[in-house]
Amino acid sequence: MNTTLKEGIDWVGYIDWTVRDFHGYKTDSGSTYNAYLIRDEKCAVIDAVKAQYVDKYIARIQALTDLKNISYVVCNHAEPDHSGGLPGIMEACPQAELVCNAKCKDALEKHFDTSAWKWRIVEDGDSISLGKRTLSFINTPMVHWPESMFTYVPEDKLLFSMDAFGQHFATAFRFDDEEPLDVIMQEAKAYYANIVMLYGRPIAQTLDRAAELEIEMIAPSHGVIWRSHLKEVLAAYRKWVVCKPTPKVIVLYASMWQATEHMAEAILEGVQEHEVEARFYNVDATHSTQIATEVLDCAAIAIGSPTLNNTLMPNLAGVLCYLKGLRPTQKKGFAFGSYGWSKRGGASEVEDAMKEMKIELMQEPIRSQYVPTPEILEQCREAGRAMGRYAEQFTK
Amino acid sequence: MKKYICDVCGWIYDPEIGDPDSGIAPGTQFEDIPDDWECPECGVGKDDFSVLEG
Repeated sequence: MNTTLKEGIDWVGYIDWTVRDFHGYKTDSGSTYNAYLIRDEKCAVIDAVKAQYVDKYIARIQALTDLKNISYVVCNHAEPDHSGGLPGIMEACPQAELVCNAKCKDALEKHFDTSAWKWRIVEDGDSISLGKRTLSFINTPMVHWPESMFTYVPEDKLLFSMDAFGQHFATAFRFDDEEPLDVIMQEAKAYYANIVMLYGRPIAQTLDRAAELEIEMIAPSHGVIWRSHLKEVLAAYRKWVVCKPTPKVIVLYASMWQATEHMAEAILEGVQEHEVEARFYNVDATHSTQIATEVLDCAAIAIGSPTLNNTLMPNLAGVLCYLKGLRPTQKKGFAFGSYGWSKRGGASEVEDAMKEMKIELMQEPIRSQYVPTPEILEQCREAGRAMGRYAEQFTK
Repeated sequence: MKKYICDVCGWIYDPEIGDPDSGIAPGTQFEDIPDDWECPECGVGKDDFSVLEG
Protein backbone atom coordinates (compact mmCIF):
# COMPACT_ATOMS: atom_id res chain seq x y z
CA MET A 1 0.00 0.00 0.00
CA ASN A 2 1.44 3.35 -1.02
CA THR A 3 0.92 5.77 1.87
CA THR A 4 3.13 8.61 0.64
CA LEU A 5 1.29 11.78 -0.37
CA LYS A 6 4.39 13.85 -1.05
CA GLU A 7 8.00 13.31 -0.13
CA GLY A 8 8.07 13.38 3.68
CA ILE A 9 4.29 13.35 4.06
CA ASP A 10 2.59 10.03 4.82
CA TRP A 11 -0.80 8.65 5.73
CA VAL A 12 -0.78 7.15 9.24
CA GLY A 13 -4.50 6.48 9.74
CA TYR A 14 -6.65 3.42 10.24
CA ILE A 15 -8.79 1.47 7.77
CA ASP A 16 -12.04 0.46 9.46
CA TRP A 17 -13.26 -2.34 7.20
CA THR A 18 -16.10 -3.50 9.43
CA VAL A 19 -17.83 -0.36 10.72
CA ARG A 20 -21.45 -0.36 9.52
CA ASP A 21 -23.02 2.31 11.71
CA PHE A 22 -21.74 5.86 11.99
CA HIS A 23 -24.17 7.64 14.34
CA GLY A 24 -27.03 6.36 12.21
CA TYR A 25 -25.30 6.60 8.82
CA LYS A 26 -25.22 3.07 7.42
CA THR A 27 -21.63 2.69 6.30
CA ASP A 28 -21.87 -0.39 4.10
CA SER A 29 -18.44 0.35 2.63
CA GLY A 30 -16.71 0.81 6.01
CA SER A 31 -14.57 3.90 6.52
CA THR A 32 -11.09 5.16 7.18
CA TYR A 33 -9.87 7.62 9.80
CA ASN A 34 -7.12 9.48 8.03
CA ALA A 35 -4.20 10.93 9.93
CA TYR A 36 -0.97 12.19 8.45
CA LEU A 37 2.68 12.58 9.43
CA ILE A 38 4.85 15.37 8.05
CA ARG A 39 8.59 14.85 8.49
CA ASP A 40 10.57 18.08 8.17
CA GLU A 41 13.10 19.82 10.41
CA LYS A 42 10.26 19.57 12.87
CA CYS A 43 7.68 16.81 12.57
CA ALA A 44 3.94 17.28 12.78
CA VAL A 45 1.04 14.85 13.00
CA ILE A 46 -2.24 15.94 11.46
CA ASP A 47 -5.21 14.55 13.41
CA ALA A 48 -5.73 11.14 14.99
CA VAL A 49 -8.10 8.16 14.77
CA LYS A 50 -10.87 6.64 16.90
CA ALA A 51 -9.71 5.93 20.45
CA GLN A 52 -9.76 2.15 20.07
CA TYR A 53 -7.29 2.25 17.15
CA VAL A 54 -4.74 4.58 18.75
CA ASP A 55 -2.08 1.88 19.12
CA LYS A 56 -2.10 1.08 15.42
CA TYR A 57 -1.91 4.79 14.57
CA ILE A 58 1.04 5.34 16.90
CA ALA A 59 2.74 2.23 15.46
CA ARG A 60 2.42 3.68 11.94
CA ILE A 61 4.01 6.93 13.12
CA GLN A 62 6.79 5.05 14.93
CA ALA A 63 7.58 3.07 11.81
CA LEU A 64 8.48 6.37 10.12
CA THR A 65 10.05 8.41 12.91
CA ASP A 66 10.94 8.42 16.57
CA LEU A 67 8.06 9.82 18.63
CA LYS A 68 10.55 12.23 20.25
CA ASN A 69 10.69 14.06 16.91
CA ILE A 70 7.03 15.05 16.96
CA SER A 71 6.81 18.77 17.73
CA TYR A 72 3.18 19.34 16.83
CA VAL A 73 -0.08 17.41 16.83
CA VAL A 74 -2.66 19.34 14.81
CA CYS A 75 -6.34 18.82 15.61
CA ASN A 76 -8.53 20.06 12.78
CA HIS A 77 -11.79 18.73 14.26
CA ALA A 78 -12.77 17.65 17.77
CA GLU A 79 -15.18 14.86 16.80
CA PRO A 80 -14.11 11.57 18.46
CA ASP A 81 -13.49 9.68 15.19
CA HIS A 82 -10.50 12.02 14.73
CA SER A 83 -9.77 13.22 18.26
CA GLY A 84 -10.25 9.93 20.14
CA GLY A 85 -6.58 9.04 19.69
CA LEU A 86 -5.29 12.44 20.87
CA PRO A 87 -4.92 11.48 24.55
CA GLY A 88 -2.81 8.50 23.44
CA ILE A 89 -0.54 10.43 21.09
CA MET A 90 -0.16 13.34 23.55
CA GLU A 91 0.86 10.90 26.26
CA ALA A 92 3.34 9.20 23.92
CA CYS A 93 4.74 12.59 22.80
CA PRO A 94 4.85 14.74 25.96
CA GLN A 95 7.07 17.29 24.21
CA ALA A 96 4.51 17.94 21.46
CA GLU A 97 2.19 20.92 21.34
CA LEU A 98 -1.46 20.35 20.48
CA VAL A 99 -2.23 22.81 17.70
CA CYS A 100 -5.85 23.91 17.32
CA ASN A 101 -8.11 26.94 17.44
CA ALA A 102 -9.72 28.27 20.62
CA LYS A 103 -13.10 26.67 19.92
CA CYS A 104 -11.43 23.32 19.37
CA LYS A 105 -9.50 23.61 22.64
CA ASP A 106 -12.77 24.24 24.45
CA ALA A 107 -14.36 21.18 22.81
CA LEU A 108 -11.34 18.93 23.48
CA GLU A 109 -11.31 19.97 27.15
CA LYS A 110 -14.94 18.83 27.32
CA HIS A 111 -14.04 15.44 25.84
CA PHE A 112 -10.76 14.47 27.51
CA ASP A 113 -8.46 15.04 30.46
CA THR A 114 -6.16 17.55 28.81
CA SER A 115 -4.45 18.78 32.00
CA ALA A 116 -0.99 17.59 30.89
CA TRP A 117 -1.22 18.87 27.30
CA LYS A 118 0.82 21.75 25.93
CA TRP A 119 -1.26 23.95 23.65
CA ARG A 120 -0.53 26.11 20.65
CA ILE A 121 -3.70 28.05 19.92
CA VAL A 122 -3.91 29.30 16.34
CA GLU A 123 -6.29 31.72 14.69
CA ASP A 124 -7.54 31.86 11.14
CA GLY A 125 -4.62 32.76 8.86
CA ASP A 126 -1.89 31.81 11.36
CA SER A 127 0.98 29.60 10.30
CA ILE A 128 3.74 27.49 11.81
CA SER A 129 7.05 26.76 10.08
CA LEU A 130 8.33 23.19 10.17
CA GLY A 131 11.55 24.09 8.34
CA LYS A 132 11.09 23.63 4.61
CA ARG A 133 7.32 23.62 4.93
CA THR A 134 4.67 25.75 6.53
CA LEU A 135 1.41 24.71 8.14
CA SER A 136 -1.19 27.36 7.56
CA PHE A 137 -4.60 27.29 9.22
CA ILE A 138 -8.01 28.22 7.89
CA ASN A 139 -11.08 28.20 10.13
CA THR A 140 -14.01 26.45 8.45
CA PRO A 141 -16.87 26.71 10.96
CA MET A 142 -19.65 24.12 10.45
CA VAL A 143 -17.54 22.10 8.01
CA HIS A 144 -18.39 20.03 9.97
CA TRP A 145 -18.51 21.40 13.56
CA PRO A 146 -18.03 24.97 14.86
CA GLU A 147 -14.32 24.38 15.60
CA SER A 148 -13.46 22.70 12.29
CA MET A 149 -10.43 23.97 10.41
CA PHE A 150 -8.32 23.15 7.38
CA THR A 151 -4.54 22.87 7.44
CA TYR A 152 -2.78 23.92 4.25
CA VAL A 153 0.82 23.29 3.23
CA PRO A 154 1.57 25.90 0.53
CA GLU A 155 4.97 24.42 -0.42
CA ASP A 156 3.29 21.12 -1.36
CA LYS A 157 -0.01 22.68 -2.50
CA LEU A 158 -1.63 20.22 -0.15
CA LEU A 159 -4.87 20.82 1.74
CA PHE A 160 -5.85 18.75 4.77
CA SER A 161 -9.59 19.27 4.42
CA MET A 162 -10.91 17.37 7.44
CA ASP A 163 -14.46 16.11 6.82
CA ALA A 164 -14.92 18.09 3.61
CA PHE A 165 -14.48 15.89 0.51
CA GLY A 166 -14.45 12.78 2.71
CA GLN A 167 -16.02 9.41 2.00
CA HIS A 168 -16.94 6.53 4.28
CA PHE A 169 -15.05 4.09 2.12
CA ALA A 170 -12.65 1.43 3.36
CA THR A 171 -10.17 0.49 0.67
CA ALA A 172 -6.66 -0.91 0.51
CA PHE A 173 -5.75 2.13 -1.61
CA ARG A 174 -5.22 5.67 -0.42
CA PHE A 175 -5.67 7.66 -3.62
CA ASP A 176 -8.56 8.62 -5.87
CA ASP A 177 -6.98 7.15 -9.01
CA GLU A 178 -6.64 3.69 -7.47
CA GLU A 179 -10.37 2.90 -7.27
CA PRO A 180 -13.14 3.44 -9.86
CA LEU A 181 -14.09 7.13 -9.89
CA ASP A 182 -17.85 6.47 -10.03
CA VAL A 183 -17.61 4.40 -6.83
CA ILE A 184 -15.63 7.11 -5.04
CA MET A 185 -17.98 9.88 -6.21
CA GLN A 186 -21.02 7.92 -5.02
CA GLU A 187 -19.41 7.50 -1.59
CA ALA A 188 -18.48 11.20 -1.53
CA LYS A 189 -22.09 12.07 -2.37
CA ALA A 190 -23.52 9.80 0.34
CA TYR A 191 -21.08 11.32 2.81
CA TYR A 192 -21.98 14.88 1.82
CA ALA A 193 -25.72 14.17 1.98
CA ASN A 194 -25.68 12.39 5.33
CA ILE A 195 -23.06 14.39 7.20
CA VAL A 196 -22.98 17.99 5.99
CA MET A 197 -25.95 18.64 3.67
CA LEU A 198 -27.35 21.08 6.22
CA TYR A 199 -24.21 23.22 6.09
CA GLY A 200 -24.35 24.07 2.38
CA ARG A 201 -23.96 27.79 2.98
CA PRO A 202 -20.80 27.64 5.09
CA ILE A 203 -19.39 24.97 2.78
CA ALA A 204 -19.97 27.24 -0.23
CA GLN A 205 -18.02 29.98 1.54
CA THR A 206 -15.26 27.48 2.30
CA LEU A 207 -15.11 26.49 -1.38
CA ASP A 208 -14.67 30.18 -2.23
CA ARG A 209 -11.77 30.46 0.19
CA ALA A 210 -10.21 27.21 -1.06
CA ALA A 211 -10.43 28.56 -4.63
CA GLU A 212 -7.92 31.25 -3.64
CA LEU A 213 -5.34 28.58 -2.78
CA GLU A 214 -3.14 26.65 -5.16
CA ILE A 215 -4.14 23.06 -4.51
CA GLU A 216 -2.68 19.92 -6.08
CA MET A 217 -3.91 17.47 -3.49
CA ILE A 218 -6.77 17.32 -1.00
CA ALA A 219 -6.35 14.97 1.94
CA PRO A 220 -9.66 14.52 3.79
CA SER A 221 -10.17 12.75 7.09
CA HIS A 222 -12.16 9.84 5.61
CA GLY A 223 -11.69 7.79 2.47
CA VAL A 224 -9.31 8.32 -0.42
CA ILE A 225 -7.03 11.31 -1.01
CA TRP A 226 -7.83 13.46 -4.04
CA ARG A 227 -4.84 13.93 -6.36
CA SER A 228 -6.19 13.14 -9.85
CA HIS A 229 -9.86 14.12 -9.67
CA LEU A 230 -9.93 17.37 -7.70
CA LYS A 231 -11.79 19.08 -10.52
CA GLU A 232 -14.56 16.48 -10.41
CA VAL A 233 -15.08 16.57 -6.65
CA LEU A 234 -14.94 20.37 -6.47
CA ALA A 235 -17.50 20.63 -9.28
CA ALA A 236 -19.74 18.12 -7.52
CA TYR A 237 -19.51 20.08 -4.26
CA ARG A 238 -20.57 23.26 -6.07
CA LYS A 239 -23.76 21.45 -7.08
CA TRP A 240 -24.32 19.75 -3.73
CA VAL A 241 -23.99 22.93 -1.63
CA VAL A 242 -27.18 24.21 -3.28
CA CYS A 243 -28.83 20.73 -3.51
CA LYS A 244 -28.98 21.34 -7.26
CA PRO A 245 -31.94 19.42 -8.72
CA THR A 246 -31.42 16.76 -11.38
CA PRO A 247 -34.18 15.08 -13.43
CA LYS A 248 -35.05 12.73 -10.59
CA VAL A 249 -38.26 12.12 -8.64
CA ILE A 250 -38.60 10.23 -5.37
CA VAL A 251 -41.74 8.50 -4.09
CA LEU A 252 -41.27 7.72 -0.40
CA TYR A 253 -43.95 6.06 1.69
CA ALA A 254 -45.01 3.82 4.55
CA SER A 255 -48.09 1.63 4.36
CA MET A 256 -50.27 -0.52 6.67
CA TRP A 257 -52.70 -2.41 4.42
CA GLN A 258 -51.31 -1.38 1.00
CA ALA A 259 -53.77 1.48 0.41
CA THR A 260 -51.02 4.11 0.66
CA GLU A 261 -48.74 1.75 -1.26
CA HIS A 262 -51.22 1.58 -4.15
CA MET A 263 -51.36 5.37 -4.16
CA ALA A 264 -47.54 5.45 -4.27
CA GLU A 265 -47.53 3.04 -7.21
CA ALA A 266 -50.01 5.22 -9.12
CA ILE A 267 -47.84 8.30 -8.48
CA LEU A 268 -44.85 6.37 -9.80
CA GLU A 269 -46.80 5.42 -12.94
CA GLY A 270 -47.44 9.10 -13.60
CA VAL A 271 -43.77 9.97 -13.02
CA GLN A 272 -42.70 7.26 -15.47
CA GLU A 273 -44.64 8.89 -18.29
CA HIS A 274 -41.74 11.35 -18.35
CA GLU A 275 -38.09 10.76 -19.15
CA VAL A 276 -36.81 11.20 -15.62
CA GLU A 277 -35.11 9.03 -13.04
CA ALA A 278 -37.47 7.59 -10.45
CA ARG A 279 -36.76 6.26 -6.97
CA PHE A 280 -39.44 4.29 -5.12
CA TYR A 281 -38.85 3.74 -1.43
CA ASN A 282 -40.90 1.89 1.15
CA VAL A 283 -39.33 3.18 4.38
CA ASP A 284 -39.44 -0.28 5.90
CA ALA A 285 -37.21 -1.64 3.12
CA THR A 286 -34.82 1.29 2.65
CA HIS A 287 -32.33 2.82 5.05
CA SER A 288 -32.50 6.57 5.67
CA THR A 289 -28.87 6.86 4.52
CA GLN A 290 -29.84 5.89 0.98
CA ILE A 291 -32.93 8.09 1.02
CA ALA A 292 -30.95 11.17 2.13
CA THR A 293 -28.32 10.51 -0.56
CA GLU A 294 -31.00 10.52 -3.26
CA VAL A 295 -32.89 13.49 -1.82
CA LEU A 296 -29.74 15.62 -2.14
CA ASP A 297 -30.08 16.00 -5.90
CA CYS A 298 -33.71 15.10 -6.62
CA ALA A 299 -36.06 17.67 -8.13
CA ALA A 300 -39.28 16.51 -6.51
CA ILE A 301 -40.45 14.14 -3.80
CA ALA A 302 -43.87 12.74 -2.90
CA ILE A 303 -44.13 11.48 0.68
CA GLY A 304 -46.96 9.29 1.92
CA SER A 305 -48.18 7.80 5.17
CA PRO A 306 -51.48 6.37 6.31
CA THR A 307 -53.00 7.61 9.55
CA LEU A 308 -51.96 5.33 12.39
CA ASN A 309 -53.25 6.13 15.90
CA ASN A 310 -54.09 9.65 14.67
CA THR A 311 -50.50 10.27 13.64
CA LEU A 312 -47.85 8.93 11.23
CA MET A 313 -46.29 5.54 10.74
CA PRO A 314 -43.35 5.80 13.19
CA ASN A 315 -40.69 4.59 10.76
CA LEU A 316 -41.62 7.31 8.30
CA ALA A 317 -41.68 9.89 11.11
CA GLY A 318 -38.09 8.89 11.91
CA VAL A 319 -36.98 9.38 8.31
CA LEU A 320 -38.76 12.76 8.14
CA CYS A 321 -36.99 13.84 11.35
CA TYR A 322 -33.67 12.86 9.78
CA LEU A 323 -34.36 14.61 6.47
CA LYS A 324 -35.63 17.74 8.21
CA GLY A 325 -32.36 17.99 10.15
CA LEU A 326 -30.34 17.68 6.94
CA ARG A 327 -32.20 20.71 5.51
CA PRO A 328 -32.35 19.89 1.79
CA THR A 329 -33.15 22.92 -0.38
CA GLN A 330 -34.71 23.50 -3.82
CA LYS A 331 -37.19 20.61 -3.65
CA LYS A 332 -40.84 20.47 -4.64
CA GLY A 333 -43.39 17.83 -3.72
CA PHE A 334 -46.63 16.89 -2.03
CA ALA A 335 -48.05 14.57 0.63
CA PHE A 336 -50.41 11.63 0.27
CA GLY A 337 -51.86 8.81 2.33
CA SER A 338 -54.87 6.78 3.31
CA TYR A 339 -56.94 7.04 6.47
CA GLY A 340 -59.78 5.16 8.13
CA TRP A 341 -61.94 7.56 10.15
CA SER A 342 -59.57 10.32 11.24
CA LYS A 343 -57.96 12.75 8.78
CA ARG A 344 -55.54 13.78 11.52
CA GLY A 345 -52.00 12.52 11.18
CA GLY A 346 -51.28 10.71 7.91
CA ALA A 347 -51.01 12.98 4.86
CA SER A 348 -51.73 16.10 6.96
CA GLU A 349 -48.84 15.48 9.28
CA VAL A 350 -46.56 14.56 6.37
CA GLU A 351 -47.47 17.89 4.76
CA ASP A 352 -46.67 19.75 7.98
CA ALA A 353 -43.25 18.10 8.02
CA MET A 354 -42.69 19.01 4.35
CA LYS A 355 -43.58 22.64 5.12
CA GLU A 356 -41.06 22.64 7.95
CA MET A 357 -38.49 21.26 5.49
CA LYS A 358 -39.37 24.19 3.18
CA ILE A 359 -40.29 21.80 0.38
CA GLU A 360 -42.38 23.81 -2.07
CA LEU A 361 -45.80 22.17 -2.16
CA MET A 362 -47.08 21.45 -5.67
CA GLN A 363 -50.63 20.69 -4.55
CA GLU A 364 -52.94 19.78 -1.63
CA PRO A 365 -52.39 16.37 -0.01
CA ILE A 366 -54.03 13.42 -1.78
CA ARG A 367 -56.09 11.40 0.68
CA SER A 368 -57.98 8.15 0.39
CA GLN A 369 -60.46 6.86 2.92
CA TYR A 370 -59.53 3.19 3.19
CA VAL A 371 -58.78 1.62 -0.23
CA PRO A 372 -58.17 4.14 -3.04
CA THR A 373 -60.86 4.36 -5.74
CA PRO A 374 -59.94 4.51 -9.46
CA GLU A 375 -60.62 8.27 -9.28
CA ILE A 376 -58.15 8.72 -6.44
CA LEU A 377 -55.56 6.58 -8.22
CA GLU A 378 -55.97 8.82 -11.28
CA GLN A 379 -55.40 11.88 -9.06
CA CYS A 380 -52.20 10.16 -7.92
CA ARG A 381 -51.12 9.49 -11.51
CA GLU A 382 -51.80 13.10 -12.46
CA ALA A 383 -49.77 14.35 -9.49
CA GLY A 384 -46.97 12.00 -10.55
CA ARG A 385 -47.10 13.39 -14.10
CA ALA A 386 -46.78 16.92 -12.70
CA MET A 387 -43.66 15.91 -10.76
CA GLY A 388 -42.23 14.19 -13.85
CA ARG A 389 -42.92 17.28 -15.98
CA TYR A 390 -41.27 19.50 -13.39
CA ALA A 391 -38.20 17.25 -13.01
CA GLU A 392 -37.78 16.86 -16.77
CA GLN A 393 -36.78 20.51 -17.14
CA PHE A 394 -33.52 19.73 -15.28
CA THR A 395 -32.42 17.39 -18.07
CA LYS A 396 -29.20 18.73 -19.55
CA MET B 1 -29.29 49.20 14.18
CA LYS B 2 -27.31 46.62 16.13
CA LYS B 3 -25.69 43.63 14.44
CA TYR B 4 -25.60 40.27 16.18
CA ILE B 5 -23.11 37.41 15.84
CA CYS B 6 -23.79 33.70 16.21
CA ASP B 7 -21.62 32.44 19.08
CA VAL B 8 -21.46 28.98 17.50
CA CYS B 9 -20.54 29.55 13.86
CA GLY B 10 -19.75 33.27 13.62
CA TRP B 11 -22.53 34.19 11.16
CA ILE B 12 -23.50 37.84 11.50
CA TYR B 13 -27.09 39.08 11.49
CA ASP B 14 -27.20 42.50 9.86
CA PRO B 15 -30.65 44.09 10.35
CA GLU B 16 -30.23 46.08 7.15
CA ILE B 17 -30.01 42.79 5.21
CA GLY B 18 -32.29 40.67 7.40
CA ASP B 19 -32.55 36.97 6.55
CA PRO B 20 -34.90 36.94 3.56
CA ASP B 21 -34.42 33.19 2.95
CA SER B 22 -36.11 32.59 6.32
CA GLY B 23 -38.74 35.26 5.86
CA ILE B 24 -36.99 37.98 7.90
CA ALA B 25 -37.36 41.19 5.91
CA PRO B 26 -34.54 43.71 5.57
CA GLY B 27 -34.87 46.33 8.31
CA THR B 28 -35.98 43.84 10.99
CA GLN B 29 -34.27 44.43 14.35
CA PHE B 30 -32.79 41.29 15.89
CA GLU B 31 -35.12 41.69 18.89
CA ASP B 32 -38.14 41.53 16.57
CA ILE B 33 -37.19 38.21 14.94
CA PRO B 34 -39.57 35.39 16.03
CA ASP B 35 -38.20 33.10 18.75
CA ASP B 36 -38.39 30.01 16.53
CA TRP B 37 -36.02 31.52 13.97
CA GLU B 38 -32.76 29.61 13.46
CA CYS B 39 -29.27 30.67 12.45
CA PRO B 40 -29.24 30.10 8.68
CA GLU B 41 -25.71 28.69 8.81
CA CYS B 42 -25.67 26.34 11.78
CA GLY B 43 -29.28 26.07 12.98
CA VAL B 44 -28.98 27.28 16.60
CA GLY B 45 -31.62 29.61 18.09
CA LYS B 46 -31.62 33.32 19.01
CA ASP B 47 -30.29 32.50 22.51
CA ASP B 48 -26.91 31.69 20.99
CA PHE B 49 -26.44 35.17 19.47
CA SER B 50 -24.57 38.10 21.04
CA VAL B 51 -24.41 41.79 20.15
CA LEU B 52 -21.53 42.40 17.74
CA GLU B 53 -19.31 44.97 19.41
CA GLY B 54 -17.47 47.68 17.50
